[in-house]
Amino acid sequence: MLAESLALSAALFAIGVVGVLTRKNAIIIFMSVELMLNAVNLSFVAFSKLYGATGQVFVIFVMTVAAAEAAVGLAIIIAIFRHKKTVNLENINLLRG
Amino acid sequence: MGNELPSLFYSFHFYLFGLVALASAIVFVTRKSPVAAAMWLVVTMFALAALYVLLDAQFVGVMQVLVYAGAIMVVFLFVIMLLNLGHPSELADMRGKWARFAAAFLGLALLAEILALSRTTLDLRLRVSPVPPSATATGGIIGSVAGPLFREYLLAFELTSVLLIAAIVGAVVLARKKG
Repeated sequence: MLAESLALSAALFAIGVVGVLTRKNAIIIFMSVELMLNAVNLSFVAFSKLYGATGQVFVIFVMTVAAAEAAVGLAIIIAIFRHKKTVNLENINLLRG
Repeated sequence: MGNELPSLFYSFHFYLFGLVALASAIVFVTRKSPVAAAMWLVVTMFALAALYVLLDAQFVGVMQVLVYAGAIMVVFLFVIMLLNLGHPSELADMRGKWARFAAAFLGLALLAEILALSRTTLDLRLRVSPVPPSATATGGIIGSVAGPLFREYLLAFELTSVLLIAAIVGAVVLARKKG
């Protein structure tokens, strides 16, 4: 089942990349990043079936970092929304010349 | 399981949850409404939790349901509804036609690349001897995860508490109203 898991993981990661590239809503882009993290977690778990439980330890670390990242990222999105009244990335172009 | 072929019951559920995860992920990136997208992502995460259980990682499966589907996605839904993002002017958020073509091409290229890598170099470069199932089974489901977590990776485990404190303080400071 290792090959199938890795293929599914690759497909989910690619779907997450497509989500990041095609959407303009900051929250949906953020959720696509979470999907990519999940895809990597699936590879870790698939390898841990073969090479011991260390992969599962890394999955727990990834989940912790993802939780921290979600909290900070969503706080940033709320702060941007207060200023701009939108989360559409087309309108958040302060750094564009 | 060992080296023998997995049973039909096992294979059926593996492919079932794999297809559910794949289909709900595709539906997730194509939904216009952020709330619908979030709900489909929850479906993906539940299917992944089932796959973790099938891959003998029951503890990680439970954590997936509790932390990802239960906590992180609830925070996402909370923010979507707090910012009231369901109204029509926010819904048209797809990029233009060419950007979507480029994204689909990039995604397919990435998928092909990862698949090709997993086919070839994996067997050559990751030639670590597989751990026999008896060695991983010591201490039960949670003990096999807790062992390395509190021995080899104790420093990293303690550092995540610093990370979480920093994230909490950062989130409070960033989301606070000025003045």
